[in-house]
Amino acid sequence: MANQNKQDSAFSADTAMEPYWQAANEGKLLLKKCSDCGKTHYYPRPICPFCMSDNTEWLEASGEGKIYSWSVQRRPEPAFAIAFVTLAEGPTILTNIVDADLESIAINQSVKLKYETRDEQPVPVFSPS
Amino acid sequence: MSIKGKAYLAGVYEHPTRKAEGIPIQQIHAEVAKGALEDAGLSFRDVDAYFCAGDAPGLGGLSMADYMGLQVGHTDSTETGGSSYIVHVNHAAQAIAAGKCKVALITLAGKPRTGGAQPGRAPLAIQPPDVPFEMPFNPTVLNVYAMCAQRHMHEFGTTSEQLAWIKVAASEHAQHNPNAMLQNVVTVDEVVNSPLVADPLHRLDCCVITDGGGALVVVAPEIAAQLKRPSVRVLGAGEAIKHTNGGQIDLTYSAGKYSAVKAFEEAGVKPADIKYASLYDSFTITVLMQLEDIGFCEKGKGGAFVSDGNLISGVGKLPFNTDGGGLCNNHPGNRGGMTKVIEAVRQLRGEAHPAVQVKNCDLAIAHGTGGFLGTRHGSASLIMERE
Repeated sequence: MANQNKQDSAFSADTAMEPYWQAANEGKLLLKKCSDCGKTHYYPRPICPFCMSDNTEWLEASGEGKIYSWSVQRRPEPAFAIAFVTLAEGPTILTNIVDADLESIAINQSVKLKYETRDEQPVPVFSPS
Repeated sequence: MSIKGKAYLAGVYEHPTRKAEGIPIQQIHAEVAKGALEDAGLSFRDVDAYFCAGDAPGLGGLSMADYMGLQVGHTDSTETGGSSYIVHVNHAAQAIAAGKCKVALITLAGKPRTGGAQPGRAPLAIQPPDVPFEMPFNPTVLNVYAMCAQRHMHEFGTTSEQLAWIKVAASEHAQHNPNAMLQNVVTVDEVVNSPLVADPLHRLDCCVITDGGGALVVVAPEIAAQLKRPSVRVLGAGEAIKHTNGGQIDLTYSAGKYSAVKAFEEAGVKPADIKYASLYDSFTITVLMQLEDIGFCEKGKGGAFVSDGNLISGVGKLPFNTDGGGLCNNHPGNRGGMTKVIEAVRQLRGEAHPAVQVKNCDLAIAHGTGGFLGTRHGSASLIMERE
């Protein structure tokens, strides 16, 4: 799989996101919550995309979610499932559905967070709960 | 400031190639530029503004103006993926209306078949911010659009058979285009029985992958008045961007919902007035959602709208993509906005193939969705009329 999440150049060095990747290494998914407007966003940014406040804090996701939409890409093989999963905390995130029967994935299906390593970096994926 | 009536589409050209073995990108840009300028009755030396998107090599407008020997005082390289060229017509009309230029050239060229570039994945010098959080999951043009189709089916009961009607209509048109990559007429059964490539999209729900290019020439009214070609006037245009909105994702609509409203408002017409529609057709679902977002039918009713040949010229109420579109004819560089404008101009001039020419075609829309429908995309709507 294509994986370009390595912080491999001066352009992509990103100290503000270091807590996110450290948590990922421990199997924890961090979101960003704005202390001013109260909204939670993802992918994380230092400045709230809803109210422009820079008073944002990390929020650990519970790991509970529901499939908002999905697709099994069958060509080229091997087939894999991509999905948008709506987290209990609100944001809908792009991810993969793993450890699942690819023929029985459904919208609104409950899923639970786990971590898989892609190109040496643990990343958040979901499996049926 | 309105652009209504301030600019004209004077020249268009679609490169006939679908496989550009041994021809570099810059040469395709120059060939389509020459084609469109000759169509208008103009030449390189008449051009005073040049527009291109991310498909142009090097420094875009600088590199290509150098290669073609253009002497330009105005340039724009707005990048919204495949819809860029519709945006460029709008920007060219704005620049003309503001008195910044009189003859604007817009070009596109791409080589996804022979050049090794993957669909929808232009090389990027600086990593976009979403990449670390999305790329590990392997989003592709295909599976991201498929998720829009999946959600549309869930919310509105849209079926694969309804989506198939869009491909059927495109194929009915493509049989008359000798340059079309796919010229065979297909049936609903053939579409839904073609292999699933990304649920719920089948192989025949997808566009072709072709090399090639196209160009447009947009001119001021006083220039258009001196030219011999039929006058196609810009009436209105709109643009909008939709993105992941911090994770508040709703896949049921596109930015076309906003771009079309602006274009119709500026033009002073409504969807029911449109005689012909060029609609971006990277996938069948793209067409369906755009029909709803533009306002040709209610949200959620796109499936019923496209059924039973309603998009086939001479058969249905809204003839679309009479060149065969991206689904059958051509999708040069994986960027379909250019050919959308070209076929709309052919229709307005009365120069489409006689088998698909819409009678009394005096008002048309070209509408595009560039980027990724399910994550971040730019929509553009352009309404044109024949004088």
